[in-house]
Amino acid sequence: MTTEHLLKAENLSLGYKERTVIEGLELTVTPGKVTAIVGANACGKSTLLRSMSRLLSPRKGQVLLDGKEVHKTAAKELARTLGLLPQSPIAPEGITVTDLVGRGRHPHQGVFSRWSAQDDAAVASALEATHTVELADRAVDELSGGQRQRVWIAMALAQETDLLLLDEPTTFLDVQHQVEVLDLLTDLNRSRGTTVVMVLHDLNLAARYCDQLIAIADGKVHAAGDPADVLTEDMVRAVFGLDSKVITDPTSGGPLMLPIGRHHMVASAAGELPEHRS
Amino acid sequence: MSTTALRTPDATTLATVTLGRRRRNRRRLVVLSVLSVLIVVMVAVSLMVGRTFYPPMDVLRVIMGQEVQGASFTVGRLRLPRTVMAVLAGACFGLGGVTFQTMLRNPLASPDIIGISTGASTAAAFAIITLGLSGTGVSAFAIGAGLGVAMLVYLLAYKDGVSGIRLILIGIGIAAMMQSATSYVLSTAGQWDLQEALRWLTGSLNGMRWPSVVLVAVIMILFVPLLSVVAKDLNMLQLGDDTASALGVRVDRTRLLVVIAAVGLIAFATSATGPIAFLAFLAGPIAVRLVGPGSSMLLPAALVGALLVLIADFCGQYALGTRFPVGVVTGVLGAPYLIYLIIRTNRTGGAL
Repeated sequence: MTTEHLLKAENLSLGYKERTVIEGLELTVTPGKVTAIVGANACGKSTLLRSMSRLLSPRKGQVLLDGKEVHKTAAKELARTLGLLPQSPIAPEGITVTDLVGRGRHPHQGVFSRWSAQDDAAVASALEATHTVELADRAVDELSGGQRQRVWIAMALAQETDLLLLDEPTTFLDVQHQVEVLDLLTDLNRSRGTTVVMVLHDLNLAARYCDQLIAIADGKVHAAGDPADVLTEDMVRAVFGLDSKVITDPTSGGPLMLPIGRHHMVASAAGELPEHRS
Repeated sequence: MSTTALRTPDATTLATVTLGRRRRNRRRLVVLSVLSVLIVVMVAVSLMVGRTFYPPMDVLRVIMGQEVQGASFTVGRLRLPRTVMAVLAGACFGLGGVTFQTMLRNPLASPDIIGISTGASTAAAFAIITLGLSGTGVSAFAIGAGLGVAMLVYLLAYKDGVSGIRLILIGIGIAAMMQSATSYVLSTAGQWDLQEALRWLTGSLNGMRWPSVVLVAVIMILFVPLLSVVAKDLNMLQLGDDTASALGVRVDRTRLLVVIAAVGLIAFATSATGPIAFLAFLAGPIAVRLVGPGSSMLLPAALVGALLVLIADFCGQYALGTRFPVGVVTGVLGAPYLIYLIIRTNRTGGAL
């Protein structure tokens, strides 16, 4: 079993230039679990993720990994414990899948150290875990969106970190590939004990695939906890400004949010609209 | 428990990974060896062949320091410094070029396109023609201007981080300005300096002397090790700044070191030979096509650069009736490639 690491944000404030995005945020990631972060566009989800992985320095407060400030930890040392897959990573032109996945080994290698058998093993097991073995010698730019995303996840796996942060790993993917990626991350969490933190767009998929759901609004954590407790009609209204109906998902038993818009509503749903909308 | 099952890969998968990597490594090794052999052959040819042919034994004896009638002057004083400079300058331009191209993820971002070599050459021309300096003074001017232009382009292109395209466009503008400054400086020079003047327009190895060769060699001894220490980190920058940092690369520090080393190499080489046209721009992309993508392009680009200069200089001197400076030949090769790259980059947004 992997050792469990505690990732925490304390009184965290983040921003770019004059704009403050996150202010006084408190957050604890449950170790060994899958955490999903949701929130409206531009609410600072990605900013938060970047700061938790040392890419953005806080204005105030701190991010702690096992009690140690990540912004004061050496970059390579941190990269052996905590991995981040950004939203749109760039694949060098013509690079093969194996070579790209091998780049994930960087934090484990010295300046002049040679490629080791352990590096090969890590790459091979990352390819297996992401079902990309048959793509090994293909060029990354020839792959479909879903395949490419699995390859990027494989790269993050080859990094062999106990914590893995992902920024919208399902964007631009068809629904079947979204489910595939989320299943894959769940496998990873269950088999390797990797703590997974991901920013997700789709509330329902987030609620289904996470153990801890965190909703961000106004630069703070609006609600955090079990998805069934967090994904409520009130939360959706407060965080997204959207009326909705939350029912029990007949396939998973968890919460399922159905948005209420202005059109295509049956009378019974429209009747449940709160006063201010009718 | 299943943790171990996932960590230990299947033997066939492991074999696929290992074999694939070995195959690509082998290709790299073969290409590097072939390039090295070709460089040695071209060096030998450049030393032996010319208006007078000297057999290999004579050339070797000259290199060993023995006195050989006729060869001591022609080979020892003329051909040898010229040939050694061809190799060194080619390597410098190749290294500097591929470093910028890798760092900015764009083949158009080479120092000769974005004005760094042009800046260095303008300063060198100014120092020689207007100020009447020579030797170290010229080099100091060239490296100062090279760094200055690099910083200027970077600052002008900076807006919430540096975007490759903005930097390239600004660089092209600065390069054009520098070029006209060079033309102005040259127009004030005496007619008798025409041969020398050409050096600052396209680059030339004519009249190469040992002191310049030694200076460039010393600079390489300083900067090449620095570049090779950050080579891996530089390669990681290809994945984008965020991914690279997430993999433990200190992006800003890497970029700073790499720019200093690359500008240093380019500026000193330029102060000795002038801006050999399109060389920095050509070496990297040719190297990638030979070696295949994925590994560090520093060494392959250095070898390709050296070989290109050797061949271009030899062709420029003997292949045609008139003697052309080396930059004219590389310019003829480079311009069509530039057009091809612009068209292709426009279509695919390709990297290197």
